[in-house]
Amino acid sequence: MPKIIGAVEINQERCKGCNLCVVACPTDVLALQHKEVNNRGYHFAYVVNPDSCIGCASCAAVCPDGCVTVYRKRIP
Amino acid sequence: MEKTEIKLMKGNEAIAHAAVRYGCDGYFGYPITPQSEILETLENLQPWDTTGMVVLQAESEVASINMVYGGAATGKAVMTSSSSPGISLMQEGISYIAAGELPCLIVNVMRGGPGLGTIHPSQADYFQAVKGGGHGDYHLIVLAPATVQEMADFVGLGFDLAFKYRTPAMILADGIVGQMMEKVVLPPFRKRRTEEEIATQCPWAVTGNPANRKPNVMTTLELDSEIMEVNNERFQATYRLIEQNAVRYEEYFTDDAEYLIVAFGSVARICLKAIEEAREKGIRIGLLRPITLWPFPTDRLEQLSKTIKGTLVVELNAGQMIEDVRLATHDRVPTYHFGRLGGIVPDPKEVYDAFISHFPQ
Amino acid sequence: MTPEDIKQPENLVCTKPRLLNDTHMHYCGGCSHGVVHRLVAEVLDEMNQADNVIGIAPVGCAVFAYKYIDIDWIEAAHGRAPAVATAASRLNPSRLVFTYQGDGDLAAIGTAETIHAANRGENITIIFINNAIYGMTGGQMAPTTLEGMRTSTTPYGRRVDLNGYPLTITPILASLPGTCYVTRQAVHTPAAVAKTKRALRQAFENTLAKKGTSVVEIVGTCNSGWKMSPEKANNGMVDNMFAAYPPGDLKTPQD
Repeated sequence: MPKIIGAVEINQERCKGCNLCVVACPTDVLALQHKEVNNRGYHFAYVVNPDSCIGCASCAAVCPDGCVTVYRKRIP
Repeated sequence: MEKTEIKLMKGNEAIAHAAVRYGCDGYFGYPITPQSEILETLENLQPWDTTGMVVLQAESEVASINMVYGGAATGKAVMTSSSSPGISLMQEGISYIAAGELPCLIVNVMRGGPGLGTIHPSQADYFQAVKGGGHGDYHLIVLAPATVQEMADFVGLGFDLAFKYRTPAMILADGIVGQMMEKVVLPPFRKRRTEEEIATQCPWAVTGNPANRKPNVMTTLELDSEIMEVNNERFQATYRLIEQNAVRYEEYFTDDAEYLIVAFGSVARICLKAIEEAREKGIRIGLLRPITLWPFPTDRLEQLSKTIKGTLVVELNAGQMIEDVRLATHDRVPTYHFGRLGGIVPDPKEVYDAFISHFPQ
Repeated sequence: MTPEDIKQPENLVCTKPRLLNDTHMHYCGGCSHGVVHRLVAEVLDEMNQADNVIGIAPVGCAVFAYKYIDIDWIEAAHGRAPAVATAASRLNPSRLVFTYQGDGDLAAIGTAETIHAANRGENITIIFINNAIYGMTGGQMAPTTLEGMRTSTTPYGRRVDLNGYPLTITPILASLPGTCYVTRQAVHTPAAVAKTKRALRQAFENTLAKKGTSVVEIVGTCNSGWKMSPEKANNGMVDNMFAAYPPGDLKTPQD
């Protein structure tokens, strides 16, 4: 059975930590940093469960700041 | 060689014809007396079928001036016209156009105010026109026509100055010159500028095609005060340049004048009659008619003030241009004002009598 | 296979669109404006219109739209974007001209310009962000503020006896023969975002085809003004805003 795997990259300096990508992700790939902040002081989003990503790009769709890059590969 | 064709028409109609012939790209306006013939004539001429000029009756003067802002931002030669209350409504937009360093032509065929006032002639918008009018530090180039011929000629002159200095120009006419019919020689037809000419001549224009340049943005917003001050200094530098180079005036009998009458627009013609009458009686009065109300002929007035005994400023208002006359002459000689209000136009006899009452002979 | 193996150009699904530049957007975290900006940038690029478009920015939170999307822009006076767009479009008929306006800009101070541009059937697209509040000036009542909704100028909730009713302006625009396409969308879920993107493309295509005025209302959130987290603002929008402003097409183009 073919499998689809994804990978997601967050532009952490552009991220404002709004959490909408975290909510939108169906496989709990993303989370907000609890302690660490970026140069603007935001608790930015990061990839916490990389292996769960299915490359659906829901996170990128709802991101208000264009911080998310999504890749997807079909493995036969 | 094009044959000179003399036509008889109203000042307002002359403006419309001259606009089409200049190669104006767009007119946006709203009806108001005493200038509605401008829009009516344009709609009659249907220039969209000949030169391609856009003519649009907008929903308000506010919309009109913002259409002018939008059109001017794309590098087009655009204009509007109105009368006093409508021009008041436009002031915010005019301020934007000045701040955007955009060329355009605005025609104000003045009527009596304040408020809804009267539909009869007035010159009571002098302050509004020459001191800026809207918010912020800015000026318009203000042209005051006295004849139907000048109504026609100042369309082209106004556009040329506006594009030369990248600043809005205004034709400040009064209801008399707007409504009266006179002989006029209309300017020859000029082609509207092509897209390529606009892109070359107006590199700032928001043409929508940034293929070979960075995107152009027309904005008047700048939250950084340091930059905003630099912007303002640039505007002021342009105004100084205009003051040095664009002053226009006309003078009569000033060679031997003992007294001076200063008047603009159609009132200057009434004053000239009064002066001719006075000269028949041996009273040597000269006339200075500022053609550009801003920039004001300050230097020439200062010169004249050294050789005369007194000045009478005649205006259809309660005394507006007189302030600029006094600033120019440093109050070196007695300066008086004569004006009629509420839409009343004085006849030459009244002007003569006013002169005699201030300067008894 | 590691994530680094997957992150290859041939596997790219999406990233920040080319026309959305690197300037940090001033919007609050979670603001709907950012999503719509990204969609506008994506659609313009996909339609190959970057060198054929004039955007008209409003006064309001989106006043700086011109700083973020790399196209030609005119920043209009408050409420006057449709008048500015009218002239830009009529004088440059081959260009795709669109306005981007908020509820205060479009439905309060600019109501006349909006209705008359739509009634003339100007070949423009109006993108209307309705978040029922004045965001930029600090959360005052908008014409679209819901009954009972607290804002800084309705601190005890909007009262219709004092402030009148929420203005639903898109149905008015849909009733005008000059409009060809009027739709109401949102950007709170991936599915809604996809629909909004299709709506924007439809509107821009109408404009290029000179079908008349297209209006895309996007019901959005203002989590700062509403004093909620972005997530709660999205939920609150579904629970409250959608009752007054239900998503869906109000008018679709006739072929």
